[in-house]
Amino acid sequence: MPDADKKTGVEKTFDRDSVSNTLIVAIGLSLVCSVLVAGAAISLKPIQEENEIRFRQQIILDVAGLLESGADIEESLQRIEARVVELETGRYVESISAEDFDALAAANDPELGMAIPGELDIAKVRRRAIYSPVYLVRDGDELAQIILPVRGAGLWSTLYGYLALEPDGSTVSGLQFYEHAETPGLGDQIDDPDWRAQWVGKQVYGSDGSPRIEVVRGSVNSNDPDSRYQVDGLSGATLTGRGVMNLVRYWTGPDGFGPYLEQYRQSEGS
Amino acid sequence: MGEMRKVLIDPLVDNNPVTLQVLGICSALAVTTSLLPSLLMCLALTSVAALSNAAISSIRNRIPNNIRIIVQMTIIASLVIVTDQMLRAFAFETSKQLSVFVGLIITNCIVLGRAEAFAMKNGVGMSFLDGLGNGLGYSLILIAVAVTRELFGAGSLLGYQILPLASDGGWYEANGLMLLPPSAFFIIGGLIWAIRTWKKRQVEPADYQIHEVHRTEVH
Repeated sequence: MPDADKKTGVEKTFDRDSVSNTLIVAIGLSLVCSVLVAGAAISLKPIQEENEIRFRQQIILDVAGLLESGADIEESLQRIEARVVELETGRYVESISAEDFDALAAANDPELGMAIPGELDIAKVRRRAIYSPVYLVRDGDELAQIILPVRGAGLWSTLYGYLALEPDGSTVSGLQFYEHAETPGLGDQIDDPDWRAQWVGKQVYGSDGSPRIEVVRGSVNSNDPDSRYQVDGLSGATLTGRGVMNLVRYWTGPDGFGPYLEQYRQSEGS
Repeated sequence: MGEMRKVLIDPLVDNNPVTLQVLGICSALAVTTSLLPSLLMCLALTSVAALSNAAISSIRNRIPNNIRIIVQMTIIASLVIVTDQMLRAFAFETSKQLSVFVGLIITNCIVLGRAEAFAMKNGVGMSFLDGLGNGLGYSLILIAVAVTRELFGAGSLLGYQILPLASDGGWYEANGLMLLPPSAFFIIGGLIWAIRTWKKRQVEPADYQIHEVHRTEVH
């Protein structure tokens, strides 16, 4: 075999364990590999970002229950209006476009973000932006649903998702996460369609107007009058379930979308 | 020609990396709950194994001995990252299900094992075939496990309903155990047993003899 001849020929004249060859191989290989990795990452980034945006849109449609109807995605997206809300006052901010506003990046911005006081930070996210996008689903001219981006600590990871509420600002119409790293088979039951379906119709707010939604241990006793605030716990994922409860409570609470949602609850009550 | 065939075909059953060498079990447990992510994982591992073997073999006479493992890892890691990026771009939703397991191909013993044991000593073409063969051997087991788990755990294959589920008015009561990691252990264990019954040569001699101790012998 010619290959074998070449091999022995090379080995006689060339010491591959020499310091110079070690350096050449190490540096050369690092260069080639870094160019390869960087090239792949940069050239594929636009496609990946597009995927990510489309995926979020799909999750928003899914949480609003608009995916199952089999309607065209673009058409369904037309029914969703993105607005930016100032969380503290609950008022819409017209000067910022929801499409350009990145709430996660803004949370760490000294001007657009703020640290959450420890006793209020039940979702354990530490910082939040002072503004947040909200998504309003319209059915004709009527407001059908309000979709809020939510996030909070689970057991291992931060859970990112969307909470959909009915126009009364208190009845849950959907909850779905698009990113988390909880234990497969245990914590990732938060993605289970059966469990997510349980949230639908539950009341976030108790009669005193503070968030009362609860993920209980075991299953909910449907005869209990409190069952309208309760969702079954996840076996083997008590802490993840508690994280979900806390993040829903935080984002619907006074430091989250509480002031914003209050106007809907008042208009409904009157 | 015969040798090439042997390098490619041997790892499928006779020298299967999963059932004979019992390597790569972690990902085999994790990704096989349904068929589609398993297929993607097989594709990723097979291409990484084949390409890394070829790349390592092509510079094998230059690789200094004292840094050879690092060199191999660097090549494997770069290929894995490129593969992962491609999957995120072109198979986004399935790659979400695979989560960290594509990245973990870097630590897959099959890939590093073939690089060190084969690619460092053989030509580029043969090394490529060896990587391909081992990747396919891994794929064969993964697909067998995934088909069993998805079919009996969810009554479907690639998302298409094959066995109508009792919960949707059909007759098949889904076996939830199949969707949990232990079932992959049982299935792989069963496969190893079946293959070793068929190919007696793969049966290992016992490390030691279990011999019953009677109470009277102890004292």
